[in-house]
Amino acid sequence: MNVPVQPSILQSSERAFAIGAPILELDSISLRFGGVHAITNVSFNVLEHEIRAIIGPNGAGKSSMLNVINGVYVPQEGTITFRGERISGMNPPLAARLGIARTFQNIALFKGMSVLDNIMAGRYLRTHANFLEVAFQLPRARREETQNREAVEEIIEFLEIEHIRKTPVSRLPYGLQKRVELGRALAAEPKVLLLDEPMAGMNIEEKQDMCRFILDVNDHYGTTVVLIEHDMGVVMDISDRVVVLDYGKKIGDGTPEEVRSNQNVIDAYLGVAH
Amino acid sequence: MGDIFFFVEVLVAGLLSGVMYALVALGFVLIYKASSVFNFAQGAMVFLAVLSFVGFMELGLPFWAALPVTIGMMVLVGMATERFVLRPLVSQTEETLLMATIGLAFVIEGLAQFLWGVDVRNLDLGIHDEPIGWVMDTTGMLISQLDIMAGVVAGIMVTALALLFSRTKVGRGLRAVADDHTAALSIGIPLKHIWMLVWATAGVVALVAGMLWGARSGVQFALVWVALKALPVLIIGGFTSVPGVIVAGLLVGASEKVVEVYFGPYFGGGVEVWFPYILAVLFLLIRPEGLFGEKIIRRV
Repeated sequence: MNVPVQPSILQSSERAFAIGAPILELDSISLRFGGVHAITNVSFNVLEHEIRAIIGPNGAGKSSMLNVINGVYVPQEGTITFRGERISGMNPPLAARLGIARTFQNIALFKGMSVLDNIMAGRYLRTHANFLEVAFQLPRARREETQNREAVEEIIEFLEIEHIRKTPVSRLPYGLQKRVELGRALAAEPKVLLLDEPMAGMNIEEKQDMCRFILDVNDHYGTTVVLIEHDMGVVMDISDRVVVLDYGKKIGDGTPEEVRSNQNVIDAYLGVAH
Repeated sequence: MGDIFFFVEVLVAGLLSGVMYALVALGFVLIYKASSVFNFAQGAMVFLAVLSFVGFMELGLPFWAALPVTIGMMVLVGMATERFVLRPLVSQTEETLLMATIGLAFVIEGLAQFLWGVDVRNLDLGIHDEPIGWVMDTTGMLISQLDIMAGVVAGIMVTALALLFSRTKVGRGLRAVADDHTAALSIGIPLKHIWMLVWATAGVVALVAGMLWGARSGVQFALVWVALKALPVLIIGGFTSVPGVIVAGLLVGASEKVVEVYFGPYFGGGVEVWFPYILAVLFLLIRPEGLFGEKIIRRV
């Protein structure tokens, strides 16, 4: 069913976290909205520590696929297996608890809050002190506050956004907002990071920065990354394996090289002579 | 000397009635913080809460039994609101939620009257709206016991809520939920629980406000309109600020009484009824986000 893994030589030799067993498996997923078939019988897996891309033309069902993994949509058919356990009734808060974080195609930040508060919010599930513990500043509350703050500062430094720490996110340019959103997702210390078009609408420098951050996140934290992207060039450069969707069906799956030479993929992207 | 005592008396009476406005306004702030929605049903919740409390006492429950029963009922109302009104509207616009709260107001008002009838009732808290004896004896000032009690209760509630919002996990969750439902869910904030908690808390705040107002002016449908007095308080204090509401409540209470007593005669009296709204309009012109509200930033 799945193509064997052949990560590019360059990436495998330099990796801090070797690519492991499947962490996320999607089996025969079908999703319909009324009569519209958004996804039809799609299966693929994601291996631990890899960067997995989902590509395809507009309307191919890429975002729907991400929303299925995250539990925003519940597929009519198919199963999701995460870390060996079959998850029925996936929903966004459950996904977050399991260690699946995400960013959105149209940035979804907390606009009224500063960069720091946004990323702090990402620590929600890492905070356990209750109202009374906070009120009386008991040891757990104090310890957690310090830990959270340290973790957040590390991310801020990692993403090179120290200078905008206190800025309300609504004042930031688009590229930086995307970076803050990535920071918020990272704050939860996720196992799997879902990125919905992380580079959409960016200029070339911003794209290069974002690529570097995605590779660094993967390398530094060992985070498994699933990303959707339009820009074929970018995808081929940073991904270990690529799934190609077209009209909700899987038409290709494999390393960037394999996908690039797949006739179905070429047809879908460039059109077929009739 | 007598003049100063008289001024202090007016000022204290004003400040303490301001506390009662602030208590009502607090319920609005809670909901606004969690969903960026002005809850039109807050007045109705005040009415339902205190009417039920009095109703349970009439059924023979003693004060200390009626209180937890009513709190339990308001928590249930909060949970039902989350389940049947808010949950179907996740990720809808704020305007949609606003309209939903208008509908909710009618449902709650109707429910209250359906359950308990429409008679005006008295509420006896055991603390009378009478001047404190020793203050009157020593200084000649008339300061109501009920007002002092309201001040103490409001102080405790506000301190607890301010702490809850500014420092705890729930507080951060609340702000996140108010800003963006989808994003809040994606980082694991349980929207359901947060909303339930907030509406239940708003219900309890409504009960406390209703009990104090009910003790003063009788438990009747007009309590629904107490919410209108909370409006200038909210505008001046800022819709999102718990401390702001208190400061604004005090400001509104004190200024309306002082203006009424010293300048009222020039306008033929009745100034306190409209003065807070004039103050609110001034604030809208000069500082639209209120004293402590979050600054409104719009990119053009």
